[in-house]
Amino acid sequence: MERCWLGRDVLSILDFDRKCIEELFNLTLIMEKYSRTRLNILEDKVLALAFFEPSTRTRLSFETAMKRLGGSTIGFTGEEAISVSKGESIADTVRMLDSYADAIVIRHSLEGVAKYAAEIANNPVINAGDGTQNHPTQAMLDLYTIWRELGEIDGICVGILGDLKYARTVKSLIEGLTLFRPSKIYLISPPALRPRREVLAILENAGLKYSHVENIDEVIRELDVLYVVRIQKERFPDVVEYERVKGSYRITLETLKNCKDTLIILHPLPRVDEIDPQVDSTRHARYFKQAAYGVPLRMALLTLIFGREDKVR
Amino acid sequence: MEKELIIRKIRDGIVIDHIPAGRALTVLKLLGITGKEKLRVALVMNVESRKLGLKDIIKIEGRELSKDELSVIALVAPTATINIIRNYEVVQKFKVEIPDIIEGALKCINTKCITNKPREPIKTRFITVSKDPLMIKCDYCGTVYTAQDIENMLLRTRE
Repeated sequence: MERCWLGRDVLSILDFDRKCIEELFNLTLIMEKYSRTRLNILEDKVLALAFFEPSTRTRLSFETAMKRLGGSTIGFTGEEAISVSKGESIADTVRMLDSYADAIVIRHSLEGVAKYAAEIANNPVINAGDGTQNHPTQAMLDLYTIWRELGEIDGICVGILGDLKYARTVKSLIEGLTLFRPSKIYLISPPALRPRREVLAILENAGLKYSHVENIDEVIRELDVLYVVRIQKERFPDVVEYERVKGSYRITLETLKNCKDTLIILHPLPRVDEIDPQVDSTRHARYFKQAAYGVPLRMALLTLIFGREDKVR
Repeated sequence: MEKELIIRKIRDGIVIDHIPAGRALTVLKLLGITGKEKLRVALVMNVESRKLGLKDIIKIEGRELSKDELSVIALVAPTATINIIRNYEVVQKFKVEIPDIIEGALKCINTKCITNKPREPIKTRFITVSKDPLMIKCDYCGTVYTAQDIENMLLRTRE
């Protein structure tokens, strides 16, 4: 089998085809067994975690994944901790990390930083979020959760709700969905927060059916998956407008009264108040499970990038 | 007679002809010619053209630009033709073509794009997504630009 992950950068989910993603899913399923133990297959590897912007789940799940695989990590969170705060360029920081570690996981508030880092570094670079652009490993995790919980991604109806314009997890998820054949995608948001034209173009080019919806009640019966992201107050030029719409994008037990029994609700987290905590105890809530899959998925990803999958099977 | 009055022939350099009327300044901007380079530049705007009705012409003396450098002109002046002049003779004549990759000539207007961060040794790079209608994409941040956006981008960054 062709090794599509070996030594590769992971900048966008669209760098990979469906076959590669399915290979990742199959290995993640195996890794679930090892996500509470230790699998010593990367003892000789060091992973650099370069988080110029704060992160909880992504950083900690990469760190946990690497440690469960027997490898070690170096890194930082926030620019204050490193020489960038003294004026060092990102290019110089990346060169240094590249000389110390075998792969670099990078997050930055500026767009295109991961691509830039990948052009500088000899070792693989994994994008852990760049501005409003990409968060490919989150999308892989989101798709894995759907695949794992529902058994397939083809033929399902997906609703994506919240800030669809600026949320990078949404852009990457939409890109990832184009690798499969979902039956329909509902983009549920206020008109001002609809996906950017280049993101809609990806859906159109892939020939996937989608509709813009303002009120979730119109489509809740049809959904197999509801993916929720937060709407941030600062995205609205007008506070009054924010106050007017925010209630419509909050998921409560009332919102779910007409949903399918099998509906699953996902959220990349952190959640603020867009999902009522009462929803947590319903059979629909899968966001904590989704976060938990982050470790085995990243274990599988690192194993494939370092080409050690033969040591697992 | 009138043409002779406006501009005389150049000895060595280039003539960019058939620029859509009113776009000559944008073309100069795209080529990075500000006037401070001490090049002799002649610029004619809104003169009659059989093909275009009205057109602009630019003559640059003493400098030859490569085909790659000149191809970016197609982004704002797709009808332009280039004449390379040596010793008063046209030695080469060609139409500009939209390049597949545009490096360095444009500046991404997305302030959150890595290419706008000071002190990073990075050159802008745009990929042509579609030639007709023209659409290009910043290779770093993914921002998409139409022909109108490109013109606005150049006007905005004018010094």
